[in-house]
Parts: sequence; structure tokens; C-alpha cells
Amino acid sequence: MAAKTLKINGTMVSAREGESILEAARDAGVAIPTLCHLDGLSDVGACRLCLVEVGGRLRPACTTAVAEGMEIQTNTDRLHAYRRQIVELLFAERGHVCAVCVASGHCELQDLAVSLGMDHVRYEYLAPTCAVDISHERFGIDHNRCVLCVRCVRACDEVEGVHTWDVSGRGTSARVISDMNQPWGESESCTSCGKCLLACPTGALFSRGATVAEMEHDPGRIALIVESRKVRG
Amino acid sequence: MDLQELQQIARRERERSRRIRIHCCTSSGCQASDALEIKRRLDEAVSEAGLDSEVEVVGVGCLGFCGQGPMVTVEPGDVLYEHVRPDHAAGIVAAINGGTCEAERGDLHHPFFARQYPIVRKNGGKIDPERIEEYIAAGGYRSLYRAINELTPAEVIDEITRSGLRGRGGAGYPTGLKWSTVAKSRGDRKYIVCNGDEGDPGAFMDRSVLESDPHLVLEGMSIAAYAVGADQGYIYVRGEYPLAIQRLQKAINQAKKLGLLGSQIFDSAFDFRVDIRVGAGAFVCGEETALIASIEGRRGQPRPRPPYPAESGLWGKPTLINNVETFANISSIVERGSAWYANIGTETSKGTKVFALTGKIRNTGLIEVPMGMTLREIVEELGGGAADGGEVKAVQTGGPSGGCIPASLFDTPVDYESLAKVGSIMGSGGMVVMDESTNMVELAKFYMEFCMDESCGKCIPCRVGTVQIHRLLGKITAGQATPADIEQLRELCQLVRDTSLCGLGQSAPNPVISTLRYFPEEYAALVPNE
Repeated sequence: MAAKTLKINGTMVSAREGESILEAARDAGVAIPTLCHLDGLSDVGACRLCLVEVGGRLRPACTTAVAEGMEIQTNTDRLHAYRRQIVELLFAERGHVCAVCVASGHCELQDLAVSLGMDHVRYEYLAPTCAVDISHERFGIDHNRCVLCVRCVRACDEVEGVHTWDVSGRGTSARVISDMNQPWGESESCTSCGKCLLACPTGALFSRGATVAEMEHDPGRIALIVESRKVRG
Repeated sequence: MDLQELQQIARRERERSRRIRIHCCTSSGCQASDALEIKRRLDEAVSEAGLDSEVEVVGVGCLGFCGQGPMVTVEPGDVLYEHVRPDHAAGIVAAINGGTCEAERGDLHHPFFARQYPIVRKNGGKIDPERIEEYIAAGGYRSLYRAINELTPAEVIDEITRSGLRGRGGAGYPTGLKWSTVAKSRGDRKYIVCNGDEGDPGAFMDRSVLESDPHLVLEGMSIAAYAVGADQGYIYVRGEYPLAIQRLQKAINQAKKLGLLGSQIFDSAFDFRVDIRVGAGAFVCGEETALIASIEGRRGQPRPRPPYPAESGLWGKPTLINNVETFANISSIVERGSAWYANIGTETSKGTKVFALTGKIRNTGLIEVPMGMTLREIVEELGGGAADGGEVKAVQTGGPSGGCIPASLFDTPVDYESLAKVGSIMGSGGMVVMDESTNMVELAKFYMEFCMDESCGKCIPCRVGTVQIHRLLGKITAGQATPADIEQLRELCQLVRDTSLCGLGQSAPNPVISTLRYFPEEYAALVPNE
């Protein structure tokens, strides 16, 4: 496998062929904000937070492969402004109220807002009333906190091999659904493995019984499972 | 099937044909105005007049002048009747022998027809789309024969490249280049996909082509399959086009029966099968990667490119995906040569383009004109200007992804580059004309609502950004906006355009951006202190 040499923020770095810009940047100690990306899962390029400038053009770092001689900027003013706007759009989309959220303090959306300096939302809150499904005996899903990153969908499909979760509807009406859009507790395919909970970046998926700030996800476990299978396999 | 058989079918068809043909348009538009009943009554009238041996009534594809439909023509003689009603039938037949006819006479030499250059629509209004024999008699499938027997795949691609044909779905990617990429991509299997998921408001070019001349599209796909080495094709047609689906299926069955689709086409080693896949009504499925996901049975959502479908498309195999109109050009290019085709149009945009002319315009319908014709010629000469004698204010090209071009720029030639320069796009061919009564902010809001409803929800800027833009436009039209809202509107448009995942989101702000640019006074009128 050939190595590629490229420039990230003006510094020469080397990367493995086939690697994404995101991986190459992380290897080089350059942090790029992400939301829909999760180590161990396939990338979908949906949240657009990892957009970087490649030769002046915007490219998602998670799904763009490195190439010889690439010149990448990961943190220009333009990128910072866009990222902040995107996080603001998310906060305005559904009911993200940190003060009463199980994941407060352990939430990737909250972390993004803090790191991007998003101290207020300039857009009108859409404030839809979304369902909360606690029909499952151990877990619950609160769609008010869902950001549609579909990490749960991918973890269930790719790691557990079940595909209980998927998405129905379009636009802001899109919702993560279990099986044929039935209550989670009535899902026949769900194995109650809890991988979707590990993967969720916000308080949307939670263990029943957790209260404000008590829900700690463990997204790193997904990569661990995937990696350990590789070693054994 | 060989060339001799093909010629025999054509000869038999010509011998069978009556001296006088009454063409009755049976496309969706005219059907909605009772065309099938008109055709039935014409048939009756011919029998009653005892003219069966001389006259035949043929249900044909779209004549194009849809605003004047239902349309009936009588050939020879170039007689055209407009706004025909079933009770006109007897008169139309009587008029053949000098009788009187109450139906309104039209003029086939009207600029609406005379200024056109039909290539894609060459058989529209002339042949029965449900009979392969008529297509063959009109020269059909001879290009496929020629490609398979006289040209190598590389020569076919070369011919298409030299013709200068560019994708008619909107983006204008060079067709020959796309074909050669697929031909060079390695894969144990390759696919051809025809994109018939036409969804722009006010656009019905592809529907008309599929309804009027399904074999022309099938032949184009077959030639493409031969050129790139594919053996399976799919036509993705939106479910809202039942007549197109029905006629396509009939066409596929007929072509299979004659050995023009299936195994060993024209007794060669070339196999090609085509199946129809019906879309379920999501606009985003017109985007190629979403369309591919939909054919695979998955949720119709776009994915980031690269990899492009030419390398990794349907089920991960190299896939050639072209629009209906692109495929409909192929047979003529192979038949008449790339030099002929490259002579039509402008330096960078070759050939013709079909447009659906709608809105506040006198002559509504489908036109096919050489690239490079100015908007003024299209709107004023073919279109006849504003509908009720008013003043045309602007034209929206390219549907919700396009931009609004003001009348002051009507000398812009219609080609890919010129339209992009004035902030719009060629798009698939929708042309919606606005007069003074149209409020441009309302118009932008209408298009934004469309994009908002059709956003698949995958990427955040498009999913939520379009909603916020739509809300701001609502605030403006309600007279509740401040100059800060306009600033935010501009900012959001830029975000959605630059950061969305697919073409839907990237182009969704175009109607807002272009109206802000060309009609700032209409925004200012609604926003105090702007």
C-alpha cells in the first residue's frame, strides 16, 4: 500500500492510500469536528460538520479519500462559520433542552456547541412535538433529541447485523423508526443488545431509569467491537 | 432479426398504411381533454363515410402545442385542428372530401412549429407509439443495427464524443466522456440506467418523449449498452406517469418479441435486457445516487460522490446513467453522424434542447430548439409573449434548482454556459414564464417550499436550512421582516448552496439568490428600511 503526502493546514503529513482526510488529519493530531461519523461504522457524509477545504473546494473529510499533493484547510473562518450555522440549525430543529436532558454533560451536540462558541441560536425554533417511545423494557427513544445522524441505524445494521432501525419520512418530518414503524417494545427484530445506545451522540437513545445528566453513551465501544472481531476473524 | 427482416417490416408497414392519415394526439395532456373519445368518434366517422380503405385514424404521440389541445392533424395536407371536441369528428372526416368542419383550424407553419428543430421529438405527432412497426417504418432500429454490425464499441463512443452531446438531465456533463469512463471501468457486470424521474414543477419533456416515442429511448439505451459493455438496463420512471410506463412496457415487449431486446440482438453476441422501475414520488430520486439506491430497493437518498456511478453504481457495478432526452438523441447521432449533430447549436452546447414552455405565456407546450436560441426568441416568437397581452417579466429556467432571469437579459442565448453566467441553469428543460402580476418573493417562496418538502432529510443544511429560508420568506411576504432578516436569508442561502450533500440542496437557494439579485426592489417593497 502506497503512502500519500499531503498538506494539512500548511503542514506536510503522510497518509495511507485509501484513508479518508478525517483519518489522516487525526493521525496528524488535527481535530475536525464530526457528528454523523463514528469509528467502526461506515461513513455517510450527512452532517456536513467535517467539511474541509480541499484546494478551496468544500469536501466532507469523512468520505473523501486522501490524494497525493492535496492541500487541505480544516479550520478557516468560512468553515467555522458554516459549522456554527449547522449546529445552530440542529438546535433550532427539535427540542434540545440541555437542562432537562439525560445526556447533558455527555452529549456530542452540546460539546460541538461549546467548542464552536455557539452561545445562542439565531434561527427560529421549529419546536415540533416529537414522540417519546418507552415501550421497550430497558431502553427509550426521545425523538425530540434526535439529530438524524443515523449512527443507531448503522450500528444496528452493520455491527449487530439486525437493521431494526431505519428512517421514515422526508425532510424535517424524517424519523428514526423501529421495524415497520411500530413501538420499539413490539419490535420483533430487536435483540436488546444496546449498541444503538452506545452509538447515539445525544440523549435521544437512553436507558430507562436514567435521569438528567445520567446517561453516558460509550461510542468508543462500537469501534472496539469492530476491531476485536477483526483480530479474531 | 437481421437487416432484411427490419426492412421488410418497414416495407409491409408502408404498404399497409392508408393514403390519408388522421393523427389524433393521445398523450396525457390531450387524453385529459377527451382525446380517446375523439379518436373513437373519428374512427366511427371514417367507417360511416365508407372511407375505411382510404383513411385511417392513428393515435399518435405529443404534437407539442399542448395549450391548443386536443390536436388532430390530417396528412397529407398539413391540416391542423386545435381544441378539438368529440362532436367535431364527423366534420373533420367530411372536410377531407371538401365538406364543412366546425373544428378550429390551426397552422402547422406557425412560428411555434416553424422555429423548432425536432430531433428528440422527430416522431412526436407522426407515429403510433404503441406500434413498433411504425417506429421501424420511420427508420427506427437501423442505428442499433449499424452500431452493432458496422462499428466497434470504441467507435460508437467516439462518435458520441465528437457529436458534443452533453447530458440533458441538467448538469450538462459530456455524454461521450461518461460513456468512455463506464467502458473503461472494470466490472464483471455493467448497467445502463435511464433517468425518467422528471420532477421539476412545470416540466413534462421526458414524459412526452416516453409517451410519444418509447422505442427511440430504448434504441438509445441499447446502443449505449453495446458501447459500454452492459447487458442489463433499467428505466426509472416516476409513478405519476402511468401512460409512459404502460407504453414503455408495451414497447419493451414488442422489441423483445422481434429480437431487438434480449439475447443475441441482430444475431450478434450482444445481449441487452431492459426492465422498468417505478419511482414512488420522491423528487430527490432524480439525483443519480438516490435513484440507484431506490432501484436497489433502499431508501431513496443520495450519497457523496466520488465514487461516481460510472465506477461504482448499481450494486457497486459500473453504471451508465443518462437522462431520457440524452438517450433519445443517440439514434439520430449514429444515423446522421457526429458532424451533422455538432453543426447544430453553439460552440460548447451542441444539438437541440426540449423545453416545456409554461406559465404566463400565450403558447404553452413543448418545443425543441437548437441550443443558442435566445430567450427572447423562445418567449416572444415561439411563445407569443405574455398570455393576456401583458408584459413578460422573467423566466425561470431549470425548475426549483434554476434561477429567475429578468426580461432585461432575454438576449441571453440558451446554452449551458450562458445560463450559468446569469445565475440560472439549463436544468432538465422547464421554462416557467412570469408576467407583471407575479410577485417574485412569492415565487421564490413557492420554489423553496417545494425543495423543503422534497428534501430527503439526510444532510442538515438542506433538511433544516430550507425550512428556515422558507420561514424567512414567509416573514417577508407577511410584511414582518427586518433588514436583518434579509441578511440572514442571504447567509442561509449561501450555507445551503455550499454545504449540502447533493444537487437538490446545493441548488435549492437558486430561486432566492436570483430574485434577490435581479428583483431587489420587490424585496425592499416588503421590508421596511431595506
